[in-house]
Amino acid sequence: MKSITRRVVLVATLLLGPLMWSADTIKVGVLHSLSGTMAISETTLKDTVLMMVERQNAAGGLLGKQLEAVVVDPASDWPLFAEKARELLEKQQVDVVFGCWTSVSRKSVLPVFEELNGLLFYPVQYEGEESSKNVFYTGAAPNQQAIPAVDYLMNDIEVKRWVLAGTDYVYPRTTNKILEAYLKANGVADEDIMINYTPFGHSDWQTIVSDIKKFGSAGKKTAVVSTVNGDANVPFYKELGNQGVSAEDIPVVAFSLGEEELSGFDTGPLVGHLAAWNYFMSVDAEINDEFIDDWLEFIDDDDRVTNDPMEAHYIGFKMWVEAVKKAGTTDSTAVQDAIVGVVVPNLSGGMATMMPNHHITKPVLIGEIQADGQFDIVWETPGTVVGDAWTDHLEGSRDITADWMKPLACGNYNVKTGTCSGQNYE
Amino acid sequence: MKVAARSSTRIVFGRWVRSCLVVVLAIGLVPCFGADEKSALDADFQATVDLLKTRSFEEKAEAARAIAALTHPRTLEVLTALLDAELYTERKTDRVVFAKGLDGGGFNIRDAVTGEELGQVGRRGAKKISVNNRLRGLLRGLIASIRLDNEDPDDRIAAAEAIADGADSSMREVLDRRLLVESDPKVIAAIETALVVFDLDATDESIRLRAIRASVSNLDGRVREKLTGISNDPVASEAIQAAARETLESIEETVARYKTIETVFFGLSLGSVLVLAAIGLSITFGVMGVINMAHGELIMLGAYTTYVVQTLLPGGLEYSLLIAVPAAFVVSGLVGIGIERGIFRFLYGRPLETLLASFGVSLVLQQAVRSIFGTLNRPVATPEWMSGSFELLEGLSMTFNRLYILIFAGLIFAALVLVLQRTRLGLEVRAVTQNRAMARAMGIRSARVDALTFGLGAGIAGVAGVALSQLTNVGPNLGQGYIVDSFMVVVFGGVGNLWGTLVAGLSLGVANKFLEPYAGAVVAKVLVLVFIILFIQWRPRGLFPQKGRAAES
Repeated sequence: MKSITRRVVLVATLLLGPLMWSADTIKVGVLHSLSGTMAISETTLKDTVLMMVERQNAAGGLLGKQLEAVVVDPASDWPLFAEKARELLEKQQVDVVFGCWTSVSRKSVLPVFEELNGLLFYPVQYEGEESSKNVFYTGAAPNQQAIPAVDYLMNDIEVKRWVLAGTDYVYPRTTNKILEAYLKANGVADEDIMINYTPFGHSDWQTIVSDIKKFGSAGKKTAVVSTVNGDANVPFYKELGNQGVSAEDIPVVAFSLGEEELSGFDTGPLVGHLAAWNYFMSVDAEINDEFIDDWLEFIDDDDRVTNDPMEAHYIGFKMWVEAVKKAGTTDSTAVQDAIVGVVVPNLSGGMATMMPNHHITKPVLIGEIQADGQFDIVWETPGTVVGDAWTDHLEGSRDITADWMKPLACGNYNVKTGTCSGQNYE
Repeated sequence: MKVAARSSTRIVFGRWVRSCLVVVLAIGLVPCFGADEKSALDADFQATVDLLKTRSFEEKAEAARAIAALTHPRTLEVLTALLDAELYTERKTDRVVFAKGLDGGGFNIRDAVTGEELGQVGRRGAKKISVNNRLRGLLRGLIASIRLDNEDPDDRIAAAEAIADGADSSMREVLDRRLLVESDPKVIAAIETALVVFDLDATDESIRLRAIRASVSNLDGRVREKLTGISNDPVASEAIQAAARETLESIEETVARYKTIETVFFGLSLGSVLVLAAIGLSITFGVMGVINMAHGELIMLGAYTTYVVQTLLPGGLEYSLLIAVPAAFVVSGLVGIGIERGIFRFLYGRPLETLLASFGVSLVLQQAVRSIFGTLNRPVATPEWMSGSFELLEGLSMTFNRLYILIFAGLIFAALVLVLQRTRLGLEVRAVTQNRAMARAMGIRSARVDALTFGLGAGIAGVAGVALSQLTNVGPNLGQGYIVDSFMVVVFGGVGNLWGTLVAGLSLGVANKFLEPYAGAVVAKVLVLVFIILFIQWRPRGLFPQKGRAAES
């Protein structure tokens, strides 16, 4: 009898212990892979959130409390993302989560966040076609990256033939579907579009590059729109360089290649190729210089770089802080209401606004890769672009809109039939 | 003045007059300027260089043209620096400077107009004058047009070719002008070839016809575009259209023929990578019967060794690979021997346990590398002699890195066959493989042979890693991409047969490359895999099964 009582007390302390603690601090969950394939990209984002938490605490915390970061490692394993998300929300009782990189990991945690009414800030450019009550998309939607980049190539470089090359998974497939529809709507003929998918980590690009070369030697100006995923880019660009395809003949514009990825490259063969993002480390703005200095000091390594998803986390974190201040509480529902319309500065000298569809406003920048692994900005949108959750270029998605403000409060509202699908995310 | 001395007096005089009166692009030929003119030129130069500070690329292009039109001694230097992204503005004084990056961040700067050394500034002390692709193309053309008047005839030939590549019609007159004064027959030939591209648009029918005929050997895309345009041009005469069609057809034929040769080369090169990755496994798996899932990680260790060698020898990029090959062999070989002595030798005859244990080892090695080198991929530079491509014929070229790796794979294979057939170790290995008990009875220390064989297989894996570091990313996951392919090759070729591995690797590579254009990279891989599965059903022991009693057991 006695031992049972003792056990109950012990279990109660164990269970309640973290709860009691949480009363004193506001918990910030970090759900980024620290091992496995995605560790390359995601570790940096974990460090960014830790830095933001440290800075916020140094500035006096939030609502009079200190912030406490809770870091878990979903190990690039998609089902594990869902388990770890549940752990963060249920066991650790975090107030907000910053996390995920790949779309598949986001799709995997989505039901968990909706069931437990959590808050997720997702910092990476993605394929769109989604808007959840519980997710805030601080990365670019296709109309904030892919479409403007194609516009730039079409109008400024006068590209007539298009190669859409991507890694074989959901983001490139959806993006290329949107781009194909967009190009055809702009009068590009079928035979002037070549679509090519390769497996993850593809390393033998000989045939594809030779095909691109052949496709591009038909005379019309050709460009490659690349949604090739991080790792496979090195051999791809190397092969381009070796087969003598220069950026002046056939420019490649990449959507998943940033400063962080370039720091593992021999950048020689890449000079002049393009990337489209909403932020570059080379952006000339005072707030960016400060951020870079902060980052280099925090990470204690002068060779590190900053990149677009880091900026997205910066904006997301600042927005969350503002929303919590506005709501006076960290309660999920209150923050969801308060955050729409919140405006914070972005790192390129402009402002970012959280829109009712849970996407934010962003400028679109096109940069050319330089020998030092940085980008020179060659083009930018005059103002910021509002993220569009449901693209206007695909049948079916055209009529759908997302608006989480009352009275609509729906992430998937069909304006033609006047119905909300009822699902929060699909 | 060498150029002038070689030319006739009349031409020298003509040049002299032109360089003073008319704006020419030559530099160094400015004997006619007096002191006042010189300072006036300096002022002009200063003013045009300052125009580069604009943000608009169109205005920068204007400025670059204006600079090229000035015959200032630093014209070429400024344009080249702009092209190489070494032209900056100093933030404090806002003047244009040449900047060389320093190791610890910051720059060494030099005034672009006067050439005066200005010392060092910090990381934010200077801002680069950015260029885009179009501007880069223009700069190349401008630099070529200046170099067309260079003293070195080879330089002039290169410049003529560069202008032809650019096919910018405004450059035509530069070539024409040079042709008038050129005396070197080789350079004249180069210029005439370059002019053919422009003559395709000539108004004179016979010149145009000749240009079309002469383009047969030109496989450049722009020529094909022009010819397609001409063959469908209703304004052009029937004869011209027919000639263009004919030329186009013969060009297409050549291109198609080259395409086939190229595909075979691509296939062999992919095959050679497969052979390299698989050959070490063919020894450990094939000869010793150990299913070593950590084989990929041994390859990865070799690639990281290359990175370490390059880091330790910052100036020795060109020969770093030659050092990395033996280094990687030793590193991976020692790790292999360590694994064999520490784990596998307790598990011989229990293949499932070996498989699981080696899988564990592979995870340990991956995480170890991640802890030591970090999660980011490591940049491994490619030496100059492995970059670019080797032009076999016009329009048919092979990339150097692939070519060398193909040769390298052949050498490694030959060396391995020699070791197994001609050395004491090879004899012992074959003896132990065939009949362990008998070999031991003959006095062979089978445990030592096991360790050495495993070390040899692991070392070869490391050497393969050096080659792969030139093709793909050097990161903790490098090995995983090759382990399945390696097993595939070894099983297809016949377990325990080196020649089988060679034939299997090369034929799978070629098959893959021939399928790829029709089926796409993903489906091609699937088809090859399906083929192997069917093949194994038919011949379970692979292409070249081991014969004899050992194979039966």
